Amino acid sequence: MELARGTIRRLARSSVDSLDATLLTIALLLAALGIATLYSASDENPARVIGQLRHLGVALIAMWLIARMPPQVLMRFALPAYVVGLLLLVAVALFGDIANGARRWLNLGVTRFQPSEMMKIAMPLMLAWYFHRNEEDLRRRTFVVAGLLVAIPLFLIARQPDLGTALLVAAAGFYVIFFAGLSWKALGGLMAITLASLPPIWGLLHDYQRRRILTLLDPTQDPLGAGYHIIQSTIAIGSGGLSGKGWLNGTQSHLEFIPERHTDFIFAVYSEEFGLIGNCVLLVLYVLLIARGLAIAMQATTFFSRLLAGTISLMLFTYAFVNMGMVSGVLPVVGVPLPFLSYGGTALLTLFVAIGLLMSVHKDRTLGRN
Amino acid sequence: MVAITEFRNTKRELRAFRARILVAAAIVLAAFGALGARFVWLQLAQHQYYQTRAEDNRIAIVPLPPQRGLILDRNGRVLARNYSAYTLEISPRKVDDLERTIEALSALVEIGPRDRSRFAKHVAEARNAESLPIRTRLSDEEVARFAVNRYRFTGVEIKARLFRQYPFGSTASHVLGYIGRINERDLERLEALGVEANYRGSEYIGKRGIEASYEQSLHGATGLEQIEIDAAGRGIRTLSSNAARPGRNAALTLDIALQQVAETAFAGRRGALVALDPANGAVLAFVSMPGYDPNLFVDGIDVQSWKALNTSADRPLNNRAIAGLYPPGSTFKPFMALAALELGKRTPESAIQDPGYFMFGGRRYRDSHPGGHGTVDLRKSIVVSSDVYYYQLAHDLGIVAIAGFMQQFGFGARTGIDLDGEATGVLPSPQWKMKRFQRPGQRRWYAGETISIGIGQGYNAYTPLQLAAATAAIANGGALYRPHVVAYIEDPQSGARETVTPHLIRRIAVKPAHVAFVRDAMAGVNSEGTGARAFADAQYTSAGKTGTAQVIGIKQNEKYDAKKIDERLRDHSLFIAFAPLTSPKIALAVVVENEGFGSRAAATIARSVLDYYLLGKKPVAIEHSSAQNAGKPPAGNL
Repeated sequence: MELARGTIRRLARSSVDSLDATLLTIALLLAALGIATLYSASDENPARVIGQLRHLGVALIAMWLIARMPPQVLMRFALPAYVVGLLLLVAVALFGDIANGARRWLNLGVTRFQPSEMMKIAMPLMLAWYFHRNEEDLRRRTFVVAGLLVAIPLFLIARQPDLGTALLVAAAGFYVIFFAGLSWKALGGLMAITLASLPPIWGLLHDYQRRRILTLLDPTQDPLGAGYHIIQSTIAIGSGGLSGKGWLNGTQSHLEFIPERHTDFIFAVYSEEFGLIGNCVLLVLYVLLIARGLAIAMQATTFFSRLLAGTISLMLFTYAFVNMGMVSGVLPVVGVPLPFLSYGGTALLTLFVAIGLLMSVHKDRTLGRN
Repeated sequence: MVAITEFRNTKRELRAFRARILVAAAIVLAAFGALGARFVWLQLAQHQYYQTRAEDNRIAIVPLPPQRGLILDRNGRVLARNYSAYTLEISPRKVDDLERTIEALSALVEIGPRDRSRFAKHVAEARNAESLPIRTRLSDEEVARFAVNRYRFTGVEIKARLFRQYPFGSTASHVLGYIGRINERDLERLEALGVEANYRGSEYIGKRGIEASYEQSLHGATGLEQIEIDAAGRGIRTLSSNAARPGRNAALTLDIALQQVAETAFAGRRGALVALDPANGAVLAFVSMPGYDPNLFVDGIDVQSWKALNTSADRPLNNRAIAGLYPPGSTFKPFMALAALELGKRTPESAIQDPGYFMFGGRRYRDSHPGGHGTVDLRKSIVVSSDVYYYQLAHDLGIVAIAGFMQQFGFGARTGIDLDGEATGVLPSPQWKMKRFQRPGQRRWYAGETISIGIGQGYNAYTPLQLAAATAAIANGGALYRPHVVAYIEDPQSGARETVTPHLIRRIAVKPAHVAFVRDAMAGVNSEGTGARAFADAQYTSAGKTGTAQVIGIKQNEKYDAKKIDERLRDHSLFIAFAPLTSPKIALAVVVENEGFGSRAAATIARSVLDYYLLGKKPVAIEHSSAQNAGKPPAGNL
């Protein structure tokens, strides 16, 4: 009897042990803010909230499973995940469903699946593993190969075309290379090349992509089309003021001025109802989450763990920054959800998997010390 | 020693890594700081401005969807129009329990199972925040009954909407096409075209036919109204309005009366007919049977009707006239004859002996006329449709020469007609075979394969439209025009017309004397040959050619017996014609699926169309005459 109770307790502890309380608390706080905003954005209709709670449940289970695995095990997934992701991207290019004039989805019969989403995790895993393997011998060639590992999926995603995701995947790859120790000189050169290639890239952009960027510069040019989103979301944010109009009282969102207010533009709804104070709370939560992630990276014991944790932290930063930047009218509209707040199962799953990876790295450090 | 270096390296690496983490942290803080500054700017510094824009001047930008352009026939008869009707609409997002609401509504307004399944489909396909129709075309009484009970239903509204109507029902359905609700796919296509802003407020879009191919003309420009609204979202006053520009009307080259005659002549049989004006490529009649009723699609087709249309063995949604591929059978012979004259392989005088078969490579190629036709010269080869003559001719010309010549007539190439979904067809050639097949053995062209090409069988596969355009080119002496269905586009407000100018694809270099010879031989078909029965007592001169296209291969010593073969495997009946003989006004191609001999089904239909177009004569009893022919053996052969 005593033995059985002990076993259960040990089992319970071991399954909770792997979860990092700080990370989990911040992520859940963010998710809670998201659900409150979602409830308001859907006119107090609980259907979407219930849906999001279900997504959250699935995402938490995924996080827990990942968190239990030590980084050495995660490493084994790196190559297969990357290769499968790459094959799926090729499959999309060949047989994908066309939407938006773009080929992004694989139709699996039951559901449509966007392989580029998978690359968001598979890319940093792969690169971190690759650098880890070549840790003893980080030469110029290693970085060139790493660059190719980024460039191939990047090219496939960019020609779908899905520029937003391509940029995010590129950022993820860049972060790994940055943390792996590419010299400052080379980084400067990379930056120069990027800037120099902007004009030719502009020439390769699709019309609607150019329009989105031009609309950012002058939203009033297209008040019924793409500019409408930016105009309405800035009005919503600006009218929120210092303390906001109060939960469920946002007029812009409730009068249906804000498009996609459950997903990409949920920040406008949040910002209108909770004001500058609410925005600061949100920024602080993100900063804490990212800081925690970077701290985990600092303490990580292996090269792989360090690279992975550092990169994931910066990816979380990128998503949050790009989304809030686009909704508040300083970045072009590229269709990036706000981490943990936007409605959507796939995005939430990706995020909690990322949190799970951080937890796994963190736990490994604890074990190492013991 | 090694261990120590490693340790040192690791330590230095770790220090470098930590430095980079700190750089990253600094960047994060700087970026979030910038965002924070942006928020302070928007929410504190500019707060008053945005407050004013949001609170005091709540301006709703309401799109004013334009009225869709009409579709008219060449005589101005309306083929597609709009009418206004009341619909009962539900905004699913504002309703807690859809099922219960629909149940309660059905007590006031009749809501049938078809309405329910259609509504369920709308919900599944809906874009963001829309109100979706649960019932369309409410009666005045139903409108009144709902109005009284309105307070009980939040999220349910009555709206006046414009509906599309096709007064002629299924007539010319494959030309007109239909409109349907804008779905995700359409929306994405519109965004790629960069016109999605013009569709804000529009609910329908052309899905097929003219409705789809002239979508951008028919749709019109969406207007824009700025309305001041109060805190509850009700409109207070209109601030500015920018009226919608109605869509332009499309006038077709089609004569709907001729179209009706042609469709009636098919008498329920499957097939296609395309009639062109040889002078410019204008489409006079365009039939693909069976058709469908485009009105079914207008307010969203229900699942059952859609399934029925999609799964029917007759494939009513297939546009056979431009997407159906048929071997031309003996209708290919006039073109082969012209090739023979042009390439100098035959003269009108040269004759052969037709014993009823042609031996090549130890194989016996049979003539469809068992005993043969005796002595056959070029004219007779067309008039009586000798297979043996063309087996020999195809062999003498060779596949490369045949393909090169036929390509000029547009065989195996899209004509570029202003309708969607045109098929390319197959003009067989050694190059085509190389591309088409994978296995080395299959990729080679065999000389034996050329033989059956001569009588329009084998790999030959063309659309009825291609056949009609090529026939028109014989009728007009060698000008291949791009067929077109729309005559002009007209702005209903200004009356400004944009006329579709005839587009000459190419002038085929053929000697007038050679074309004249072939035309004369084709006239012989209708006066004394295989088309004579169908064209008995015609009050105009005409030229034609019968054809039969095999659906299945017949073994060498087997006889074709229509009665023994499953209906859908029977031969297709074809006919090409133009009239009058001098300065032809109409050229056409007819295919009747699984009807057997050319003169029996297709030629009779061609006769009705020519009779009406040239004489204004409506056929007295198409059924009667075809029934008469049905029992008799075919006149001559093909």
